[in-house]
Order: sequence, then structure tokens, then C-alpha cells
Amino acid sequence: MENLNSYLIVSAILFSIGTIGVLTRKNVIVIFMCVEMMLNAVNLTFVAFSRHLGNLDGQIFVFFIMTVAAAEAAVGLALIIAFFNNKQSIDVDDVNIMKW
Amino acid sequence: MDMISIPAVNMTPIIPEIFLSVLAMALLLINVFVPSEKKSYLAYLSFFGIIASAVLVVNGWGSHVESFGGSVVLDNFATFFKITFLVAAGLAVLISDQYMDREGCNHGELYPLILFTVVGMMLMASGTDLMTIFLGLEVMSISLYVLAGFNRSSKKSNEAGLKYFLLGSFSTGFLLYGMALIYGATGTTRLYKIATIVGQMTLPSANLLLVAGMLLMMTGFAFKIAAAPFHMWTPDVYEGAPTPMTAFMSAGPKAAGFAALLRIFLLALPTLQAEWSQVLWVLAVLTMTVGNITALRQDNIKRVLAYSSIAHAGYALVGFAAGNATGTAGILFYMLSYAFMNIGAFAIIILVSKKGETNGNVSDFAGLGFKRPVLAVVMTIFLFSLAGMPPTAGFIGKFYLFSGAIQKGYIWLAVIGVLNSAASVYYYLRITVYMYMKEATEDFSWIQVTAPVGLALAISVAGSLIPGIVPSFILQYAQMAVKLL
Repeated sequence: MENLNSYLIVSAILFSIGTIGVLTRKNVIVIFMCVEMMLNAVNLTFVAFSRHLGNLDGQIFVFFIMTVAAAEAAVGLALIIAFFNNKQSIDVDDVNIMKW
Repeated sequence: MDMISIPAVNMTPIIPEIFLSVLAMALLLINVFVPSEKKSYLAYLSFFGIIASAVLVVNGWGSHVESFGGSVVLDNFATFFKITFLVAAGLAVLISDQYMDREGCNHGELYPLILFTVVGMMLMASGTDLMTIFLGLEVMSISLYVLAGFNRSSKKSNEAGLKYFLLGSFSTGFLLYGMALIYGATGTTRLYKIATIVGQMTLPSANLLLVAGMLLMMTGFAFKIAAAPFHMWTPDVYEGAPTPMTAFMSAGPKAAGFAALLRIFLLALPTLQAEWSQVLWVLAVLTMTVGNITALRQDNIKRVLAYSSIAHAGYALVGFAAGNATGTAGILFYMLSYAFMNIGAFAIIILVSKKGETNGNVSDFAGLGFKRPVLAVVMTIFLFSLAGMPPTAGFIGKFYLFSGAIQKGYIWLAVIGVLNSAASVYYYLRITVYMYMKEATEDFSWIQVTAPVGLALAISVAGSLIPGIVPSFILQYAQMAVKLL
């Protein structure tokens, strides 16, 4: 498949947007969304390679990544709620009790 | 009619994992019926469960069974690491009960979560497929995010959980991207097949996908084992998490990270060893130096041990950079003895601190040697072992890690390691100095050594001294374990 590269470029761009988002955003929920975007960029890479190589391993991997991402979302949102209950904020600037 | 043939599946390699998963789920159900003041029963149940699964694990010593189409393997390497994880989990369970009671968060979910973490770590050690390793890693990490934020009413614990979660899932992204690129370069996720395919490449180090994938994967794992420059989350998470969980996190998951790293790099990518050992050389030096230098100026004792745990990851990376039999056997030996000495030290910290984790500074240990001499001696043994003084396990471990590097010709790496080790003596001895050479400001009357904590301390002392006095006892097993890699 000759347009494998275009898929890879799109997923690399998505991954970079996600990474930059994690590093620059302040809202915990938005950071979390950026992490999810990174994972979906990886999914796109896997699917593109899987189609290109004609082998299903990559697509099976994607199922696992989606499942794990769902589990991670459940735990992550619970942690964010616990944090919000104590601090009334979901801004990472308020994650500041411990500093070196 | 065509039937889909389902290949015969050999369950033997994952019997301990199945056992622990079932036990954890059963405990979750039992927990509902246990009144809140009797959660200690869950601790005892899970402790005996851990012992039982240790028996199952030890039974598998010496066998080599591949299963699930080569995605899981039972070999000595996996068995050795599984024992390390079970030691860490067993000690963590023993020291949890008293602490959780004191802090008023003795929720029964703690113990199943610890067991699930162990299942994840075991899968990481025995996985021979990128998929299995990833799943094991995530089962471990997701349980750990909860454990770090377990004390819901404590702001510090909230922060620890949140930070660990955000940075952990961020690093998972890198790890997965690396795995995707390696899959793209080789067309498979099985480690053995990756090794064959990479071995047939004419110039694997020029394959952009492969090298980028390898580096991204290394970044992901460096986060998990807290190697500099990806260590920034470690001190905060270790300080904020409930102390028994800090103890567990610093020993178990770090060992699991090394297990997966060793498995992937030595099994699947040995042809690229010249490339990755260069990267590890730099990582090892950075990790040791950053960990030790920052530990020098910490006052909170949990932070001292957090930075020291970064430094210890650096020592283990020295053995990994060497990548030879001595170095890798050294890692296995070191991770096991580190579990004993570090969790032991944290157990003393739990005893000395008061409700709400106050009284946790180095200066709060002043005079412990006069008021509670036995505890002070025990703490000194752990600190000496962490500092790497003979005749403790820490000394033998470092000796093997550094001699692995020397055999490989990395003289400078070994020199930097020894210098670092010397610098670390300062902050370990500082605690000892406070214990024995400062006047006591408190009478330490609140310290109560309950039977489980006493047992944990006894096991830890034995684990930090015996391998130091008769090193061959454990080392021969470590050497057998790395032979198959």
C-alpha cells in the first residue's frame, strides 16, 4: 500500500499534538484527553501497519489498547474526583503541596 | 463443516497468576461481608495467599514451558522475578494493616489491589510478546495509581495518585508508540520472532523505524523504573502515597520494569546491543548522579529514600548497560535484596511516624538509638545495606553490577558508580548519626511493634544480611535464571 506513509505522518502529528498538549495544558481533564489522543495515534499506527503488512496482530493490539484506555479512564476520573473533593480545583497548578 | 480449531492451551505457566487473580476477586467479595474493624483478616488471607502462590512459583523452577502461542513463557528468569514480586507484596501486606488502621483508611480493597498489581508484574516478567508485556504493565500500573491515591481524605495522597496517573499514562503513550514502530519494522509482536527478523536484517541500526521504536520504548520503561531524566514524578509520588505503598512501589514495580526491559532488549534486540548499551550508559550515569545528589539535601525521610531509589535504579542500569551474564545476574540479585532492605527501612519509618504521617523528617529520628535500641539497630542494618557496605546484601549486589560493567570494558561507568555509592553513604549515615549521636527530643512511646510488622522486620533483616554473608546462596539462582535469556 503506497499511502502507508500518509497514515504514519497523520498519526505522528496526532501523537505530537497529544504530547505538546500534556506538557502545556493546565486543566487535568484536558491533559487526560491529550493522553487519550496519544493512545489513539498509536492505534492508528498499529492499524496502518497491520493493513500494510497484511497481518492481524496489530489490530488485536488495538483492541487491547482501547480496553486498557477505558480502564485507565475509569481510574483516572476517580482520582480526579477525589482530588477535586479536597481542593475544589482541577488545575495542575494546584497540584502543588509537594515540591523539591 | 469447517470447525475453527482451537489450539491446546497449556495453563501451567500462568497458574500462580490465575491463583492470585481468583484470590483477589474472592477477597473483593469477602470484603463486603467483613466489618470495617476486622479488615486485618483480609491482610492475613492475602498474606497466606501470597505464600501459597510463592510455593506454586517455586514449583516451576527449572522448567521451560512456552504457552499461548509463545506469548507467555515459564522459565527461571520469570520465576526469579516472580519471587521478588511476591516478597515485595508479602512484606507490603504485613506492614500495611497497622498503618492503614492508624491513618483511618483500612479499606479492604487495598489487599486485592496489591494482588492484582502482583499479577500484572508477573505477566510482565513472563511475557514474551509485546502485547502480554503491555497488558501486564497496565494491570500493574492501573492498580498502582489507585494504591498511590489510596488515602482519599489526604491531600498529599490525592496529589500522589493524580501525578502518578498523569505521568504514568503519558509514559504508556511513548511505550506503545515504540511498540507500534517495532511492530511496523518487524511485522510481529512476538519477541522470539522479532529477534529472528532483526537478526536477518543487513544493517538493523540503519532501520529508522526499529531504532526509533527502541528508543521510544526505552523512554516508556525509563519512566516506570524512575530513571533520570524521567524521574521527576518519583519523589512526589513516593512522598504522598501511603508509606506501605511507597515501600511496595519502590521495590516491586521497579523490579518488574527491569524484568520487562531485560526480556525485551536481551531477547528481542540483542543485535542492537551496541546501540542500546550506549544509551543505557548515559541513562545509568544520569540516574545515579541525579538521585544521589538530590538526596543529599532532603529532609523528609520518605523523599530521601525516594531519591535513593532513583539512585538504585541507576546502579541496576549499570548492570544492564553491561548486558553480560554477571551484570544481568547482578540486577536480579540486587532487585531481590533491594526489596528486603528498602521495605524494611520503610517499615521503620511507618513505626516512627505518627498519625497523618507527621514526624517524618530525618531529624525526628534523633535519639532513637537510646530509646528504642533494637529498632535503631535494625534500621542501621537496612541503611548500611542500602549504602552498600559489607557484609550486607547491598554490597554484594553492587559488587556484581559493577564487576559486570568492568568485564564489559566500561571502566568509567564502574568508577562513576563507585563514586556515587560513596556519596550516598553521606545521607544514609546522616540518619544513623541522628539515631545515635543526637539527644532524644521525644520518648518514642507511641511505637508499637505488632506481630505482622515484627515478622516483616525479621524477614527483611534476614533478607538484607544472609545474601551478604553467603552470596552464592541466592546468586547461583540468579545466574541460572539469566542463562536462558
